[in-house]
Amino acid sequence: MSNVATTSRELGSYLEAFTDFSKRAPGQDQGWLRKLREDAFARFCEVGFPTTHDEDWRFTNVSAIAQTAFQLPQTGASVTAEQIEPYQLNGAPCQLVFVNGKFAAEFSTVGSLPKGVTAGSLADEIRRDPKALERHLGRYLNTQRDVFCALNTAFLEDGAYVHIGRGVVLEEPIYLLFVTTASDAPIMTHPRNLIIAEENSQATFVEDYVSLGGGVAFSNAATELVAGEHTVLSHYLIEREHTDAYNVSTLRLQQGRSANVASHSVLLGGGLVRNNVHPVLAGEGADCLINGLFIGNGGQHMDNYMLVEHASPHCGSRQFYNGILDGHSRGVFHGRIIVHKDAQKTDAKQTNRNLLLSDDAQIDTKPQLEIYADDVKCTHGATIGQIEEDELFYLRSRGIDQAAARRLLLFAFASECLERMKPGPVRSRIEELVNESLFHIKPGRPGAGKGEHDRAMHWEEVG
Amino acid sequence: MALLEIRNLHVKVENHEILKGIDLTINAGEVHSIMGPNGSGKSTLAQVLARRENFQVTQGEVLYNGKDLLAMKPEEAACEGVFLAFQYPVEIPGISNAYFLRSALNAVRKYRSEDELDAMDFIPMFKKKMKLLDMDEKLMNRSVNEGFSGGEKKRNEILQMAVLEPKLAILDETDSGLDIDALKVVANGVNALRGPERAMVVVTHYQRLLNYIVPDFVHVLVDGRIVKSGGKELALELEDKGYSWVEEEATA
Repeated sequence: MSNVATTSRELGSYLEAFTDFSKRAPGQDQGWLRKLREDAFARFCEVGFPTTHDEDWRFTNVSAIAQTAFQLPQTGASVTAEQIEPYQLNGAPCQLVFVNGKFAAEFSTVGSLPKGVTAGSLADEIRRDPKALERHLGRYLNTQRDVFCALNTAFLEDGAYVHIGRGVVLEEPIYLLFVTTASDAPIMTHPRNLIIAEENSQATFVEDYVSLGGGVAFSNAATELVAGEHTVLSHYLIEREHTDAYNVSTLRLQQGRSANVASHSVLLGGGLVRNNVHPVLAGEGADCLINGLFIGNGGQHMDNYMLVEHASPHCGSRQFYNGILDGHSRGVFHGRIIVHKDAQKTDAKQTNRNLLLSDDAQIDTKPQLEIYADDVKCTHGATIGQIEEDELFYLRSRGIDQAAARRLLLFAFASECLERMKPGPVRSRIEELVNESLFHIKPGRPGAGKGEHDRAMHWEEVG
Repeated sequence: MALLEIRNLHVKVENHEILKGIDLTINAGEVHSIMGPNGSGKSTLAQVLARRENFQVTQGEVLYNGKDLLAMKPEEAACEGVFLAFQYPVEIPGISNAYFLRSALNAVRKYRSEDELDAMDFIPMFKKKMKLLDMDEKLMNRSVNEGFSGGEKKRNEILQMAVLEPKLAILDETDSGLDIDALKVVANGVNALRGPERAMVVVTHYQRLLNYIVPDFVHVLVDGRIVKSGGKELALELEDKGYSWVEEEATA
């Protein structure tokens, strides 16, 4: 009974927020957009927040999110250019900054983008030309399956809108910075990005989530990335909010024929983080690299939920996720691959490797293969281990002290992921952040916790 | 003062006594060979000197340059000039050979209050030493020992020694698994490092390596004890008569 009561109270605060929001949301005069939001909100009300009884949420308890009365942020957060400056990414002329979910033109620079490229605020685009958005916005994200996507869609307001025209090669990355500011009451933001890359174009996108000041905050972001035929695209997600932050993000990739997309996720911050990556290989010959690194410490919880759908023949997907967990942090890797009936000659690979640096750190790794085609190659494997004593001694025997040797080995482990990223300003930034993050991991006893049995647990299957 | 003085060294591994009272004195400029059958404790001795921590010293002491070597951490011993060429060099994916070795060299230089070397200074020196060991320059940017052939790994050990310029170099079965050509290359590399300031301990099962690295002294280790010492001719005699000869003599 009390559960039901709590649930209705929680949803009550969302109902209030949604009612207010509906009055001022951009594009409410557009029937399709209004319906998109209302249907999504109805879905959210219908199912509520998931519990650990839900298979997709078995290892991640979101009751802390469910029980907090989040408010939509008030406008007029005081942020200064000096506060934003350290986050600027050199080598990216186009930088869009979002403060508490809303586009902040004063901190953004669009730069001189080549002809055929549009980059700006989604809210502006909704006001400017809503009809043109109808074809893509909300068409890919599954609000039925994922309630956080439903919630994001219900409160769909602003985020980045990027359109890369046919045949355009954009060499510099488009950098999207999402800032959450300190506030007295817990706030929630629902950044929504729509990125459309037309046929034969090439581009790189970075989403970077940061906190300015403390306070409980919930970022529930969603990105729909439409990769047209023969596109070559890279998407980076960097999560480095403070540990009072809840961050749920969903990257939904729609890949056309021979589209080649790389998704790189780097989770360093946040208290409770859920990183959903959902590529649909819809066109023949599409290829997807799903690369990730998560480094947890203290009580951080980092959940990576991969859902890779092979819907056409001759597509390839390669998932590589490495986790480093210290303190009593907890990691999750859920790698789901669905090979649809017609997706013959699918080549899907999945590897999850983890280092546990303390007794209390924990990882749950779960492959889930659903194969409905008969001529496919799917492999998956996971390892869980500690820092190798032999490697540590080897480095120390050459004069490198224990703490430095440990950091070197951790960095080497992280490098497996970093090396899949194209050299350039984004990778350099990520390398810096990873290095910084590894500095916070205290030098402890090598292979702590597992004592004499410090050989790595290991399992690998080929199916 | 001797460079290394081992007195009555007893060492246990998991409650099993491996070294049962070793006495050995090594002076700068000398090359000593330690020979012995498998399981006699040769590698244990080498690793204890390099300060591997999973050994339990129950008795005795080791003075290195007059300092208590057994009180040192592995990195301290290395910075003080002790070097172990591993019998089984460890693969470290994700760290390039050049980066690893520059980090090591700079750690040692820092310990000695010398300036650290940047990549500009390091790389030419590194390439020169690689040439000495007839190593492919491509191995410079490959991960440490990863995917190296057996011979490349052993050469890489000697390369590290050439860069770090230790005072006491311990070569643990550096000859194992090497064909005669690779053996000559490794021996040339080692011989280039012989000098009046440096001592070497060559641990080997077979005498062949000693044709190329000619020792001043040969010690035979059997069941955790040095049962016989002599000059280089002892190695030949062992080759001829086999270890059973000294083992019998030791038990007689």
